[in-house]
Amino acid sequence: MLRLEGLSKRYANGDRALDHIDLHVPAGQVVGLIGPSGAGKSTLIRCVNRLVEPSEGKIFLGDVELTALGRAGLRQARRRMGMIFQEYALVERLSVMENVLSGRLGYVGFWRAWFRRFPQADIDRAFAVLDRVSLMDHVDKRADELSGGQRQRVGIARALVQEPDILLVDEPTASLDPKTSRQIMRLIVEICAERNLAAIVNIHDVALAQMFVQRIVGLRAGRVVFDGPPESLDPAALTAIYGEEDWSKTMTREEEAEDRAHEAASEQLRGVRAPLIAEAL
Amino acid sequence: MAVQQLANGRFAWQRRTARAEWLNWLAWLAGVALTVFCWRVMTESTIWDYVWDAPTQAADIGGRMVPPRWSYFPNILKPLWDTLNIATLGTLLAVFISVPIAFLAARNTTPSVAFVRPVAILVIVSSRSINAIIWALLLVSILGPGILAGIIAIALRSIGFIGKLLYEAIEEIDAKQVEAISATGASGPQTLAYAIVPQIMPAFAGITVFRWDINIRESTVLGLVGAGGIGLNLESSLNTLAWPQVTLILLVILGTVVISEWISARIRHAII
Repeated sequence: MLRLEGLSKRYANGDRALDHIDLHVPAGQVVGLIGPSGAGKSTLIRCVNRLVEPSEGKIFLGDVELTALGRAGLRQARRRMGMIFQEYALVERLSVMENVLSGRLGYVGFWRAWFRRFPQADIDRAFAVLDRVSLMDHVDKRADELSGGQRQRVGIARALVQEPDILLVDEPTASLDPKTSRQIMRLIVEICAERNLAAIVNIHDVALAQMFVQRIVGLRAGRVVFDGPPESLDPAALTAIYGEEDWSKTMTREEEAEDRAHEAASEQLRGVRAPLIAEAL
Repeated sequence: MAVQQLANGRFAWQRRTARAEWLNWLAWLAGVALTVFCWRVMTESTIWDYVWDAPTQAADIGGRMVPPRWSYFPNILKPLWDTLNIATLGTLLAVFISVPIAFLAARNTTPSVAFVRPVAILVIVSSRSINAIIWALLLVSILGPGILAGIIAIALRSIGFIGKLLYEAIEEIDAKQVEAISATGASGPQTLAYAIVPQIMPAFAGITVFRWDINIRESTVLGLVGAGGIGLNLESSLNTLAWPQVTLILLVILGTVVISEWISARIRHAII
């Protein structure tokens, strides 16, 4: 479905973010992309839909060479790629429905979009995906009224309503608590299975990645240093990706404890901050 | 920095070195000298007899200003309506012109940072650097006296104000929302409509209402130069030394400004 051939990206300041990446993602496969901060995970998925222009190499989506497309062609190709973001990237002041329908912008003209007169078929699609992500009760709420997990589900619905062939998912759980993180990952993986969607999921929580994805690709300094099933991710592989560290403890337990501690700390902080803010006002 | 090691091994610290201390003193001395000199130049042509006389004069005019001539009130209703129209239509005209200019001036939406942006900024700066009264003076001599000159004067001054604040609001939007909308395959204009417009709506409403509020105040004096509105009556009353009428007009202006301030506060509160 998606094929990268010798993909490289060098930023204007000389930073080499990606260095000759070759990768093939077949239809229906969910790939977890892990690696330290700055390894090029975000750049990689943004090169696929050319939010970031690749410097070298080719990208194929099915038979279409994305790297050779002009503006109009790129717009059409982007409709086939749904993107889900780290901090949801919803338009905060629009309603849930408007946010979901924005996934159909590639299919409708400007004035239809401006006056929110979407074809009934698009409205049907929007309701179907909202039902799938269990947000039917929140259709008319503004995006900034929702909780983190609900917002990310709106983000998923916006990507799905495009009826894409592939999902590009950038740190979907980075701003969510551990429980919601799992629910969101489970939802993404289930939907990919239902619709036979390919997906690339950037994720820095290794344990979470292992739990849900079928294949893990490890990136370090813009190169693929690991590519295999989650089970084969051993301390040696983690060292290759992240560098030297004591990986012997079972990661799952360690991470969970850390998450709980983190959550407790931020809960406490919220309690401290609220009166301070009230005072300041 | 003024850190010195003393003989006993400890460190002394002062805010400034001795040299900086002296320079600081000299700068203050020069400032005071300049102030004294300017005061002398300023007061050279003052006729002090008039100044000593000021309290008596003020009391005299004050005495003649009360009570206000209430019977004059019906005569200023029409000019008051003109004034409100000048402010409102002027603001509206300015909105239509300044919104496109703001998008051309904002770094993240302009078609060209090198060519279009400087032109848009120039329009904004030149509009802002000239007061509405000056615009009105120019326009009265071009268009002749009347409301039209007032409306255009208000609009020309407001373009810069609205344009500047709006383009700053556009530059401060969250880029991630724009990225997300363009990733769906949306066109440029669609991205503008879905990702940028919703983000700047509160700022836009606030800026416009605020400018309308200022324009009400500015349009009350435009009549002084012949650009229509209640200022015309103010000028003729002043010229004929009809002090009770002046008082009434000032009271009416005060009332209008208070009401417009209240309305704009309510609108801003409702939108944001």
